[in-house]
Amino acid sequence: MRTVDLIGTAVANTFRSKTRTILTILAIFVGAFTLTLTNGLGTGINAYIDDTVSSVGASDTMTVTKTSETAGGLGAATSGPKEYDPDAVAATGAGAPGSTVVALTPTDLDELGRIDGVLDVQAVKSISTDYIEAGGGTKYVVGVGGLISGQSVTLVDGAQPDDDTDTLQLVLPTSYVEPLGFGSDADAVGQTVTVAITDAQRTQHTVDATVVGVAEESLASPTGASIVPNAALTDLLYETQNIGVPSDQVERYAQASIRFGADATDEQVTAVKDRLADAGYTGTTVADQLGTIKTVIDGIVLVLNAFAIIALLAASFGIVNTLLMSVQERTREIGLMKAMGQSSSKVFALFSIEAAFIGFLGSAIGVGIAVLAGTGISAALSGSLLADLPGLDLIAFDPVSLGIIVLVVMVIAFLAGTLPAARAAKADPVESLRYE
Amino acid sequence: MQSTTAPPIISVRDVRRSYGRGQNRFEALKGVSFDIHAGESVAIVGKSGSGKSTLMHVLALLDAPSSGTVELEGVDTSTLRGRRLNTTRNKTFGFVFQQFFLTANATVLENVLLPMKIAGVRRGDRRRRALAALAQLQLEDKARNRAVNLSGGQKQRTVIARALVNNPRIIFADEPTGNLDTATGAVVEDILFSLNRESGITLIVVTHDEELAGRCDRRILIRDGLLVEDEAVAA
Repeated sequence: MRTVDLIGTAVANTFRSKTRTILTILAIFVGAFTLTLTNGLGTGINAYIDDTVSSVGASDTMTVTKTSETAGGLGAATSGPKEYDPDAVAATGAGAPGSTVVALTPTDLDELGRIDGVLDVQAVKSISTDYIEAGGGTKYVVGVGGLISGQSVTLVDGAQPDDDTDTLQLVLPTSYVEPLGFGSDADAVGQTVTVAITDAQRTQHTVDATVVGVAEESLASPTGASIVPNAALTDLLYETQNIGVPSDQVERYAQASIRFGADATDEQVTAVKDRLADAGYTGTTVADQLGTIKTVIDGIVLVLNAFAIIALLAASFGIVNTLLMSVQERTREIGLMKAMGQSSSKVFALFSIEAAFIGFLGSAIGVGIAVLAGTGISAALSGSLLADLPGLDLIAFDPVSLGIIVLVVMVIAFLAGTLPAARAAKADPVESLRYE
Repeated sequence: MQSTTAPPIISVRDVRRSYGRGQNRFEALKGVSFDIHAGESVAIVGKSGSGKSTLMHVLALLDAPSSGTVELEGVDTSTLRGRRLNTTRNKTFGFVFQQFFLTANATVLENVLLPMKIAGVRRGDRRRRALAALAQLQLEDKARNRAVNLSGGQKQRTVIARALVNNPRIIFADEPTGNLDTATGAVVEDILFSLNRESGITLIVVTHDEELAGRCDRRILIRDGLLVEDEAVAA
C-alpha cells in the first residue's frame, strides 16, 4: 500500500463508526482545550511581564542596599531586640513597607565603585513630595519615582525626561492627567505643574516644572503611579528636601544603583552579587524582582497543565478502547487484507495512523475553540476586571506552542493506538477468516 | 485435461499440519501429496473437520505446513518471507468466500479495488481496472452502491470481481455458492468455470457440495486429514 493510500484509508476508517469516533474526539477535545487555555494563560502573563521588563530596559543595572538585620523583608525573624543603628533610614522602594535599611554613605558608594564588575554607581535619591497641582486646581498627593540609568518609562504621549538639560521636567502618570484638569494625555504635555515639598525644618516649598511626557501605569512599571522628574528637578527637590539637615547627614541614601556590563552573562551577574554580599551589600536586578513573579506564574501554569495532561491521558484510554473495538469489528477485514498480501507493518500503520488522526481531530478542534474562547475571555476581562492593567492580554497564544500541543496530543494518541494496532497486526488471517 | 508433462503450478509433498502440543496435539493434515497443473479446475471435497479448509489455507500460503513442502510454480514456499510472501499472495491468488467478506459500508468499487490498493497500484489505474472487472461481471452500474445493499448473487459477483482484478493465476473458492440459492449459485458457478476455461485461471474449489465438485476437472477427497481419492471427473 502506498503511504497516501494508507493515510487515506486510515482517515476513512476513522469515520466508519461516527458516534464512537465523535465521543473519543470529544474526550481529547476537553484535554486539548484545557491545555491550550492554561498554556495561553502562561503565555499571556509572561508576555506581559517580558514586555514590561524590556520597556523598563534596565537589564544592566542592579539596585544595591546595605545588608541589615531586617533586610530579609517582611516578617523576617530576628533573634531578640535589634541594636540601634544611627545610619538606619526608612526604606522607600526596595524592601517591605515600614522596614528599615541601613543607609549608604559616600564611603559606601566609593566602596561599591571599587567592586570588580561594577561600572558605575549612582545613589538613588529618595524624595517625598507633599502634593502636585496644576493651575491652582485641586492638590493631589504624588510619589516620586526615580529612574536608574538605562531605565525608561512606558509613555503614552510626550518624551522621556531629559537628564542633560537645566529645565525642570517631569513625566506625569496617566491617571493624574484628568484630575489635574488636562483634557487629554496630549494636552498635558508641555503644561506646567507645581510640586510642593517640605524641608527638614517643616517649611513647605513649591517648584514649577514642565510636563514632557505622560506615562502608562503597568503592573511592573519601575515607577508606578509616580511622577518621574529629570536630573535637574530631582537635584532641586532633593536639595530643597534636605534644607536644615545637618551637613554630615545629607548624603545618606537608602539605596544605590550600580551598572554592570550590558553583555554580562547570568554567571557574571551572580558573581557581582556574590562580591557585593561579601562586602556587606545586597544587589537585586529587575529580573530578580520579576523573576519571582514569573516563577510563581510558571508554577501555577505547570500545575494547570498537569491537570490538562491528566485529562488527555484519560482520553487516550478512550482511544485504546475505541480502536480495540474497531479491531474486534474488523477482524475479518484485517484477515482478508492479510490474505491479499497486506503486510503486518502496514496493518499496524493503518491503525496507528487512525489513532493519530483521532488525536489530530480532537486537538485541532480543541485548540481552535480554545483560541476563540481565550481571545473572547481575554477581551472581556481586559475591558472589565483587568482594566487597571493596560497592555495585559490575560490569555495569549503563540502558534509554535499551539502546534506543539497538537503534536503532543497526536503523539499521545499514536502511543495509545499502538496497543490495538499491534493486536491487529498480529491477527492470523486463518483465524480471522474462519467461520465454521 | 491438461498435459501432465508441464510442470505443476502447485506441488504438494507429504504435507502435515498439526495444532497444539502434547496431549492436545491435533493433526489436521496427516501427509497429503498431489500436484495441480495450471488451468485445471480442482474440487477439494470433504466433510467439515476433514482438514479440507486447512489444506486450502496451506495452498493459499495463509498457513504454513508443520512438515512437508508446498511448491508454487517450482518455488518452495517455505523460502518465501515478508515482502516476497505478501507480493506472491497479492499477485498469484484471488479469493472467493462463502461469507463474501465485503466491507459493508464501502462502495462496490472500493471493495473491488482493495487488492490493487494493497499492491500499490496508482489511483487512476486501479479505478480503470476495477471498473473493467465489474463490467466483466455485469456490475458496472452497481459500482457506486454500498456493498451492504447488494443481493447475495451481486455480492458474490463483486467478490469474484475483487478476486479477478489483480489477474491472479489461481482463484480459491471456499464454498462459493454456500450462501446462495440454487439459481444464483448456478450463475456464480458458471462465471467461475468460464473464467477457468476462457482465461485459463486455475480454480481450486473447496466444497462439500458434490454437484459443484462434479463440474470440476478433478475431485480430491479428504477424510480425517488424508487424501483418500484423487480422480478425474467425467465432465
